[in-house]
Amino acid sequence: MERLKLFVPLLIFLVLALVLYFGLGRDPRALPSALVDRPLPPFSLPVLEGDAVVDESLLHGKVRLLNVWGTWCVACRDEHPFLLELANRGVAIVGLNYKDDPDAARAWLARLGDPFEAVVVDAAGRYGLELGVYGAPETYVVDADGVIRYRHVGVIDADVWRDRIEPVYRSWVIPQ
Amino acid sequence: MTPEYGHFALILAACLSLALGVVPLLGATFGRPLWQATARPLALGQLALVAFSFICLAAAFARDDFSVAYVAANSNRLLPWYYKLSAVWGAHEGSLLLWVLVLSGWTAAVAVAGRNLPPALLARVVAVMGLIAAGFHLFLLLTSNPFERVLPIPPADGADLNPLLQDFGLIVHPPLLYMGYVGLSVPFAFAIAALLAGRLDTAWARWMRPWTNVAWAFLTLGIALGSWWAYYELGWGGWWFWDPVENASFMPWLLGTALVHSLAVTEKRGLLRGWTLLLAIFAFALSLLGTFLVRSGVLTSVHAFAADPTRGVFVLGFLGLVVGGSLLLYGFRAPTVPAVAGFGWRSREAWLLANNALLVVITGVILLGTLYPLLADVLGWGKISVGPPYFNSFFVPLTLALAVLLGVGALLQWKDTAPRRLRSALILALVVALPVGGLLPWVWGSWRWGAALGLFGAVWIGVLTAIDLWRKSRASGRPWRGLRLLRAGYWGMVIAHLGVALAIAGAGVTTSYSVERDLRMVSGDRQKLGGFEFHFMGVDEVFGPNYRSQRGEIHVTREGRGVATLMPEKRRYLGGQVMTEAGIDGGLTRDLYVALGEPLGAEAWAVRLHVKPGVRWIWLGSALIALGGVVAVCDRRYRSRVRATARTAALAEA
Repeated sequence: MERLKLFVPLLIFLVLALVLYFGLGRDPRALPSALVDRPLPPFSLPVLEGDAVVDESLLHGKVRLLNVWGTWCVACRDEHPFLLELANRGVAIVGLNYKDDPDAARAWLARLGDPFEAVVVDAAGRYGLELGVYGAPETYVVDADGVIRYRHVGVIDADVWRDRIEPVYRSWVIPQ
Repeated sequence: MTPEYGHFALILAACLSLALGVVPLLGATFGRPLWQATARPLALGQLALVAFSFICLAAAFARDDFSVAYVAANSNRLLPWYYKLSAVWGAHEGSLLLWVLVLSGWTAAVAVAGRNLPPALLARVVAVMGLIAAGFHLFLLLTSNPFERVLPIPPADGADLNPLLQDFGLIVHPPLLYMGYVGLSVPFAFAIAALLAGRLDTAWARWMRPWTNVAWAFLTLGIALGSWWAYYELGWGGWWFWDPVENASFMPWLLGTALVHSLAVTEKRGLLRGWTLLLAIFAFALSLLGTFLVRSGVLTSVHAFAADPTRGVFVLGFLGLVVGGSLLLYGFRAPTVPAVAGFGWRSREAWLLANNALLVVITGVILLGTLYPLLADVLGWGKISVGPPYFNSFFVPLTLALAVLLGVGALLQWKDTAPRRLRSALILALVVALPVGGLLPWVWGSWRWGAALGLFGAVWIGVLTAIDLWRKSRASGRPWRGLRLLRAGYWGMVIAHLGVALAIAGAGVTTSYSVERDLRMVSGDRQKLGGFEFHFMGVDEVFGPNYRSQRGEIHVTREGRGVATLMPEKRRYLGGQVMTEAGIDGGLTRDLYVALGEPLGAEAWAVRLHVKPGVRWIWLGSALIALGGVVAVCDRRYRSRVRATARTAALAEA
């Protein structure tokens, strides 16, 4: 009996290893969203600047990126300069400020520059839950009808943009 | 041809490591001295081959050999020579080669310095390290060959090293961190050797202690340097982010700390033997887990190297084999008979055990937070992100509890302490630490809980340490002589504990009193912050070897007197990446920290100003902790006792 207790650490480790093994199959950067090719879930949320409340129709009318970010997110800081560059190239980006302090978010944009057409505030993270946000940063390509066409988890840089997102983005800009 | 020589040397090294993992182990099992004796030459041969291979890769960088894919991806003709050197470990393949080099170094060091150990034990220890090395050699050769060529048409120029990594911090941070990570394989190997031999006396604990201390000191320095690097290089003034990769290095450190302390109990009192073995296994398991997390890309992180599932599967399989095998061995061989020696609650053993329990709990909390997104995903609970608020809400109170325990534990004696001795010390510490912790925050102008708690913890540790020093020095009758008679092991503990106090005070103060402001500044603007005046002189354009930089100039004055001139930069590297280089004036009491943001048109710039009191104490404290670990190793008794024990053991075997 005493001897059996000594196998408890092994058991704990095996459970951990199983979790890691199943985690391995799920590349956090290429998580297929259950929502791809489905309309953006409806929302009604405040915007960062001003006191308006907007809904999902904000993203109708043209192809846009929906970028999930927060000032607590280290990787978002890495990504930010590239978002600015995209905005300069004319890519329309809507921000989803996720689980964040709005004051800190405003200060961040004032300091680092604002690549967003508009920023929607999801302070409680409810909408993030509906979207299935894994962690920030995360970016969705949303077409002119408000349908999600692609999801990218993690930082967008020049390579990711060129290889993965831009092809999808372009294909929805010019209707086939 | 040089890269091919390097590749070939690596293959030979892999063969040697396999031999090293098998022959001495069989020799120890079947009592063949000749087979056991192969451990040393094989370990040295492995080191020579891996070092040669490493030099070949460095040479490929130095000579701009862009036909090597790894060089082409991480270097550039214009890169200064020292970054060409550090680029060797700037990405996955090369840093893994560095890992293997460090492991071969530790193996050879044990093989050479362990001449005093019983030959069978040494053979087992070195063989276990050889097996680990074999796993990493295979990983390197099969999934991450740094010598891969781009043929027939090599690129004319390389893609440049990630600018985040073009920095002094990167030259030293990974080697130090790896010295620590990989160094934990030594206590691991000792633990496995002890289990294999089935000889669970306390001799292995004594042999293991100096190695554990040195590895742990390196890990401490590596983590502190990483934190410092993030502070000045990432440009937003934070010093710890609870990023998965930071956690991956912090968890083995926490368990290493627990191991350093439980080893003391095992060596001195023969207690906690099973627990110490388990800690040695898990500390190394967590360094392997860290490797897995970083290499497999299961978690997103700023540090993440290329995410490649095959690599992940390999590391996980290896992790399973090493840790699963060790724990299986532990289950069969660990001692079930409880040690006879008892101890009361006022004994040092009891408090060290409590300290161990706390450290393990903290490790568990961090492990849970780091893996929770993964766990929740696997179990289908939805996708959840875990941020700093979770970690802080657990880590801060647990660390404070640890500080309180630490102060008391260091003061106690083995077995039992006289109640009067304990009571008088505690009352004195409380009488000093409460008012100091309560009032000292006013030095910074306002009262904050974080600062008060941090300072209380620091003073508590400081006072109790001083009381103990005082008592010990008086024991011989003549205080100064008494101080000189204290052993290096004791001084190491004192230094490390004062380092903890300093780091806690720094964390409390800097978290409470750092002020920052984001501003739009044009040339000539002045801004007051935290008692300083920042005078923005404008922005120049300057050129570096492989970047173009906008460099701001800011004069800082205090009450009219010049304090510092800060030169924050915004660099655009050849590869197109934009990097912020903060302008920092470091000081013992405060850091002035300025980062340049975006140009806002017409001479105006977004500028971020910080005044960060006490932030250096965190790294200074960490350096003291590491120093303490090293000082303790210099204790004479390790050398003499190792020899004496080896002699007895040799006699016993003969």
